[in-house]
Amino acid sequence: MFAGKVALVTGASRGIGKAIALELAAKGATVVGTATSEAGAEAISLYFKDAGLEGYGKVLDVTQPEQIDELVSWVNAEVGVPTILVNNAGITRDNLLMRMKDEEWEAIIQTNLTSVYRMSKAVLRGMMKAREGRIISIASVVGLMGNAGQTNYAAAKAGIMGFSKSLAREVGPRGITVNVVAPGFIDTDMTRALGEDQRAALTSQIPLQRLGEPEDIAKAVAFLASEDAAYITGQTLSVNGGMVMC
Amino acid sequence: MSSIEERVKKIVVEQLGVEEDQVTPDASFVDDLGADSLDTVELVMALEEEFDCEIPDEEAENIQTLGQAVAYIEEHCEK
Repeated sequence: MFAGKVALVTGASRGIGKAIALELAAKGATVVGTATSEAGAEAISLYFKDAGLEGYGKVLDVTQPEQIDELVSWVNAEVGVPTILVNNAGITRDNLLMRMKDEEWEAIIQTNLTSVYRMSKAVLRGMMKAREGRIISIASVVGLMGNAGQTNYAAAKAGIMGFSKSLAREVGPRGITVNVVAPGFIDTDMTRALGEDQRAALTSQIPLQRLGEPEDIAKAVAFLASEDAAYITGQTLSVNGGMVMC
Repeated sequence: MSSIEERVKKIVVEQLGVEEDQVTPDASFVDDLGADSLDTVELVMALEEEFDCEIPDEEAENIQTLGQAVAYIEEHCEK
């Protein structure tokens, strides 16, 4: 499906990012996955190797513009011009607004939202020249419905949606699509941080009666990255077991 | 080696999909050659690559014709 294409996936060492990287690679893409640590980057290289797939693990802190430039230059020169970008890297710094510190707000905006702007800009030149491209950013159901304790996270995730709609209008004439996947509650380290009661309470709110798997998200991303989704742009695809419907 | 003007003209023709004889020194990329804002950004990107030189955004805004592009490149890009 993606033979000959280069995909860049941020935050690929575990969870949803790992599932996306493996799914795209399994469908033929050469994938560069990034992680903030050396150990994470090595883990990525290793899981590609173990699966017998073509891919690379690289260190990248998405809040550092010069690291982004360096990485994209390396990918362009050594792997090929990426025509698929998956903005997946993200963190949480939950707190009630009354108690939220500026650092908690800033960390989320920088890592979860500004990174999407920077990464998209960095790969756009190559996509414009190629006259094709897929930019897919991972947002969250929280960006649609809100969540107590996550004003920062929800603002960043909703911000990704507005950003993507605008960029979709800018680059549509060049055959580049820009979309968002909004996962519900997915079984990853991020949601494992919740208590058992919280998880049970959450599950009872989900019509499909389970947390999602990282692979559920990866399949949606692979679809949006494919030729089959050529006429879809500026959209947010919710993958949440029916938890929120809009 | 072709002249700067020929090289710039070739890029304009390719990027904007116009005929070579339409690209006169004073023809406006936007008003006469039908470029939109995205086309002009791409045009400047292509010029940067061809002449291996950075064109700052403030300067790029002033490059609206072949003549202006050639003048800018002669002054700033060609060693």
